[in-house]
Amino acid sequence: MTEFLSMGGYAVYVWPSFALTALVTLANLYFALHRRKKVVARLQREASQSAT
Amino acid sequence: MFRWFHKLASTRNFYRLAEILAPWLAILCAILLGVGLFQGLFVAPTDYEQGESYRIIFVHVPSAWLSLFIYMTMAFCSLLVIVWKMKLADIVAEVSAPVGASFTFLALATGSLWGKPMWGTWWEWDARLTSELILLFIYIGYMALRASIDNPATRARASAILALVGVVNIPIIKFSVDWWNTLHQPASIMKFDKPSIHPTMLQPLLLCALGFTVFYFVVMLLNTRSLILERESKSSWVQERAAEGRL
Repeated sequence: MTEFLSMGGYAVYVWPSFALTALVTLANLYFALHRRKKVVARLQREASQSAT
Repeated sequence: MFRWFHKLASTRNFYRLAEILAPWLAILCAILLGVGLFQGLFVAPTDYEQGESYRIIFVHVPSAWLSLFIYMTMAFCSLLVIVWKMKLADIVAEVSAPVGASFTFLALATGSLWGKPMWGTWWEWDARLTSELILLFIYIGYMALRASIDNPATRARASAILALVGVVNIPIIKFSVDWWNTLHQPASIMKFDKPSIHPTMLQPLLLCALGFTVFYFVVMLLNTRSLILERESKSSWVQERAAEGRL
């Protein structure tokens, strides 16, 4: 396990690469879900206002 | 009148299509990336020249590929905007730009992290690196242009022209390693000969590249749906769905 984590001495380059990839991927996903949540909430609020 | 109706209908149909497609693509993406990254980190053998550092390839090459693929998608959509004034194409191009920019940044950053131990430098004004950096600037310029024009028709047209002009950079990136023999290594997969990479390394690489591509489609579909709602919030089908609580 330690051997795996050390990446043959290249851990300081390999793991930041994978961490950055995870960060970029999750950020894209987060912003997409957040944007949808926001617009759906707004439209449903407007719909319930016009119904009453 | 018919034209206008037809256009509106196509965003409506796409909204429904994306709703059905997105969950399946998300599952496919998770499988591809799960298997690809597992094989890349645990199964693929150590490189005899680069040791374990080469494993950066499994995130670097897919993100670089995606930076080009997303740009080509945007350029194709821009063509549809110029020729047919297609609203949906303008929406897809708009939501693709930030995703493309983020993966261009990722390609540059992971390349830098790979370049330091292998080339002894974080950055070099090598042809491939420089043209990829220009791609990042084109993405940023495209988003800045969109943000600065209020009139939707002008915005769609102007940004489509910018995206189409920027296409010249794509073959420059692709062939930079052949035209200028500088630091970055030449192609090892996308060439006319057979790939010069061992199958045990190639398979996870292709799985990751495919996984990244599917990931783009998932995010693009999600954002396209949101932007359709934002732009057509006053249309009757959106209001109907909102009233029924099934947006």
